[in-house]
Amino acid sequence: MRESIPSGQLSGNILVIGGGIAGLSAALEASEAGYDVFVIDRNPYLGGRVAQLYKYFPKLCPPYCGLEILFRRIRSNPKIKFLTMSEVVDVSGSAGNFDVTVKINPRYVDIAKCTACGECVEVCPVERPNEFNYGMDTTKAIYLPHDLAFPMKYVIDGSVCKKDECAKCVQTCKYDAIDLSMEPKTITIKAESIVVATGWKPYDATKLTNLGFGKYQNVITNVMMERLASFNGPTKGKIVRPSDGKEPSTVAFVQCAGSRDENHLPYCSAICCLASMKQATYLREQLPDSKAYIFYIDIRTPGRYEDFYTQVKEDENIVFIKGKVAKVEEGENGNLIVVAENTLTGEKTRTEVEMVVLATGMQPELSDINLPIKDLKLDSYGFATFDVPGIYAAGVARGPSDVASSVEESTAAALKGIQAAKR
Amino acid sequence: MAEESVEKNYMLYICTGCDIGDSLDIEKLKEVADEDFSVESKTHEFLCSAEGVELIKKDIEEGVNTIIIAACSPRVNYDTFNFPDIIVERVNLREHVVWSHKPNDEKTQQLAEDYIRMGIVKAQKMELPEPYKEEITKSVLIIGGGITGLTAALEAANTGYDVVLVEKEAELGGWVKKFAKLTPSTPPFRDPREPDVDEKIKQVMENDRIKVFTSARVESISGQPGLFDVVISQNGTKEEVKIGSIVVAAGWEPYDATKLENLGYGKYPDVITNVQMEEMAADGKIVVPSTGKEAKKVAFIQCAGQRDPEHLPYCSSICCMVSLKQALYVREMNDGQAFIFYKDMRTPGEYEDFYKRVQEDPGIFLTKGEIKSISKTENGMLVEVTDTLLGEDIEVEVDLVVLATGMVPRLKKIAERLAKEEEAEGEEAKEGEEKAEATETETEGEAVSEALEEIEGILNLTYRKGPELPELKYGFADSNFICFPYETQRTAIYAAGPIRQPMGVAESEDDATGAALKAVQALELISKGAATFPRVGDLSYPEFFLQRCTQCKRCTEECPFGALDEDEKGTPKPNPNRCRRCGVCMGACPERIVSFKNYNVDMIGSMVKTIYVPEDEEEGLRFLAFVCENDAYPAFDMAALNRMEWHPDVRIIPVRCLGSFNVVWIADALSRGIDGAILIGCKYGDDYQCHFIKGSELANRRMENVQETLERLALEPERVKVVQLPISEFDRIPEIINEFVEEIEENIGPNPYKGF
Repeated sequence: MRESIPSGQLSGNILVIGGGIAGLSAALEASEAGYDVFVIDRNPYLGGRVAQLYKYFPKLCPPYCGLEILFRRIRSNPKIKFLTMSEVVDVSGSAGNFDVTVKINPRYVDIAKCTACGECVEVCPVERPNEFNYGMDTTKAIYLPHDLAFPMKYVIDGSVCKKDECAKCVQTCKYDAIDLSMEPKTITIKAESIVVATGWKPYDATKLTNLGFGKYQNVITNVMMERLASFNGPTKGKIVRPSDGKEPSTVAFVQCAGSRDENHLPYCSAICCLASMKQATYLREQLPDSKAYIFYIDIRTPGRYEDFYTQVKEDENIVFIKGKVAKVEEGENGNLIVVAENTLTGEKTRTEVEMVVLATGMQPELSDINLPIKDLKLDSYGFATFDVPGIYAAGVARGPSDVASSVEESTAAALKGIQAAKR
Repeated sequence: MAEESVEKNYMLYICTGCDIGDSLDIEKLKEVADEDFSVESKTHEFLCSAEGVELIKKDIEEGVNTIIIAACSPRVNYDTFNFPDIIVERVNLREHVVWSHKPNDEKTQQLAEDYIRMGIVKAQKMELPEPYKEEITKSVLIIGGGITGLTAALEAANTGYDVVLVEKEAELGGWVKKFAKLTPSTPPFRDPREPDVDEKIKQVMENDRIKVFTSARVESISGQPGLFDVVISQNGTKEEVKIGSIVVAAGWEPYDATKLENLGYGKYPDVITNVQMEEMAADGKIVVPSTGKEAKKVAFIQCAGQRDPEHLPYCSSICCMVSLKQALYVREMNDGQAFIFYKDMRTPGEYEDFYKRVQEDPGIFLTKGEIKSISKTENGMLVEVTDTLLGEDIEVEVDLVVLATGMVPRLKKIAERLAKEEEAEGEEAKEGEEKAEATETETEGEAVSEALEEIEGILNLTYRKGPELPELKYGFADSNFICFPYETQRTAIYAAGPIRQPMGVAESEDDATGAALKAVQALELISKGAATFPRVGDLSYPEFFLQRCTQCKRCTEECPFGALDEDEKGTPKPNPNRCRRCGVCMGACPERIVSFKNYNVDMIGSMVKTIYVPEDEEEGLRFLAFVCENDAYPAFDMAALNRMEWHPDVRIIPVRCLGSFNVVWIADALSRGIDGAILIGCKYGDDYQCHFIKGSELANRRMENVQETLERLALEPERVKVVQLPISEFDRIPEIINEFVEEIEENIGPNPYKGF
């Protein structure tokens, strides 16, 4: 089965590193044009960051919808093969003839045998922070990453599992799918070209000391807000503040939190304005008496996205304030004071709100995963620049971009990959 | 259609793992298969294991060719239970029965038994699809020879495909050819770059695979993907070429600045547009038009006629960067001073570094502000600005004012013309009504439409559904899906560059490369007889039994992809290569003459008819749920994964798209005593989520016909209902289903046709 861990000499025309929306799009587009493609992802599931979003701007449609179509296309297309829990540890050779060494980390669950029946979870005694929900709740040590997980297979967090000391799941599993002695495995895949779609991570908000993240419970980040709004998030989709579970009647969105800032990310992440507006609609829809304040430097809604801005502005309870937030202070009862300078009126403002959402930016994973491709050139922020024959970057690995642009770039990268493979 | 189908040898496999065996009476399920259908069955406690699969394989070796697997959702173990050239039907006992209903309950058992019946009937009515294959031309037509078209042409040719490039102007290169420099697009994003369009033109001209037509236009395109007949006219001569797929890169034109008189354009010679500025810079001299002197002080007015409901409501994405670049021209070429007045400075991503670099220049002054007025003074132009970041109103006297006007897609005027024509046709149709008096406004309107009439089309398709790519909004070509931006409503025709959305040169080049991939991919799929997105690889296609066609035109009207043309009488002329296999035509047809080998009206109707409907209402009512297999069906799976329960008297029937729902199924169901049916599909409307554009909307529209059926049967309208359900809102499923059932149980009562 294609989901199983393969053995022997493996090869494909194109190897895609990263199975998020960019990587999957590149892989599918190339394979549907008739090429053999391998996708490698570090996570136990495909789908990447978008799987953690509640809705996309500007249509406010669920990312699961597009992901399911991507998965459906994978299911019906044997030319695409994928490996989860895997990382690239070495790349040698050159365009037309790469040897890629991949380390497959132990899942401790045999993909070929797990039926996703879920009985193991009942008996597992260990809890762990759920990174899918940015640590806002927990899962058992054996868990299904999320409702649309693909492959639909359980996984054990080896860092917390008590292994043989416990092994209750092993006894419970009727299908003999759990193997606690699983070791990392290294395989080599031959490929003619490589697409780098390693994506992004949210900028570490604890570095934004003036904005109170990590210090005040009710200061959260935009990615956490996505999980709060999602039915399969930590609060079953209820937007409540972390300190006391109260529905916030006022929420401040702090734009450019660590973005366009020489001390943090000097660039603009391109999507945060739209993301905050979108999240303001989550709040307003769920809590009709609530009010959102969006503190911004410039509102960046290029192209037809302007329509979304126009639409959001029509809600008088979504207030746009042009001004950079200087700091977030603690108020009473878990409330927060947002200190900003309104650059239009010149006045310093202190706005008391019940919750703060920091619009943190996207940092390329390449900035610290050290992909072992010696020719791959990164710019000073860690985005891939592309002058390596046979290696093409797509999505946020290449620069901050939204979903549609990532898909366009990925489709383009797929063609470049095909051209290199055909030579 | 001609071949005699091979005799089917059936086998039902029931997996007893994952709670199935513990929750159901498996022997009774086997009895149903045996007694009702004489289908033999086998059970296995772990059917997806190597051993279970081996069991099936052995049977196949011994002649079984049609198998029904009653186990988990078809969305899992998809390749475990994939056997070449074997008919496989999956019955979802795990998610849709035992994980979502009470174990060892009579109703749950009845549900499972019905699903077994439905699965067997479906397998009986299914044939393996045989692809529609014709020898195709693997060539790509690119319309537009600007940077987007040139890039698409080169990329397709470099992938090994023949390309025909059609450009309306005498020269290739489009707008970029007229530009002095381009916005930086690679790190460190500091200095404008030299346009490399001449190099691209050279490569295109030298490429043996690319045939270039300049001063030319596409006069008509007929046929279907892989087999398009394209007529190109050039200098009065016409040439016909065979084409496989198409990239539309017809580009943009600047917004008509004469509409911006409030900003002084047309009134003062020294107010120009950013395009005029670029052309001056390319000519090597930035001068004040009225005096011919070097422009020393230049003001840039951002969003001129943009982000403005009176003009272009959208943002053209590139004008901030263009003005930053042009401010540098003023500095470098004229050692002058530049002032940029903006609403929001939009330099997303790493373009922020370019913004920063310009901010570092002491000769460039930038502020947010609203333009109060632009007027002429003795020495030049006076720009008055309010609401600035300085907190006060400012006035600047400059030599030259540059309006950052936006991009208008070339499709816009064409779309306006087509809309007018459609309107006119509609009016003609309303014949007999009082003749319109020639009022003043109408004469004006006529003048406008005369100007529009001269606007030539881009594609000029001979499709029944219109000659161009459908317009999305503001004249931009169809591109509705966030996750699938290339997908259009015309198969194998892709839009790229600013005709799709406002974008700069680097983005257009990327976009063109992606579109080139889509174009060559379409050729590869079509050559195998396989569908393109979203049912990629599907080998089935709709067949029309035209002897029974009544020329009602519903199928040709409703096909979202313009796949069906019509002859003079109105009989549909199918074009399988344009088809996406959604089945909307099948749903539309009142005569039920449209069918796929593995999906047809009879198949679903027979599934409906095989459901056991108790005569005694005490035994429970029966309901159908027709669900979209793309979104609603996975939502049911996810609800089950979370062990949510829904009413056990409901039978789920997946459909390719709600648009393939045929009203006759309601008659089939209600006349047999089924008490109601709910249709669950995707969101429709402006921000539709339906993967087949209009499927769910069409299903909703067909409710009118359903109501007629209900009336004829003297049944209540509440018995049939359409619901829109996004895939992620699976938590609403129990409520949606249970409320529907309860409403009928409590307020409407059982279907009086029970037992007839």
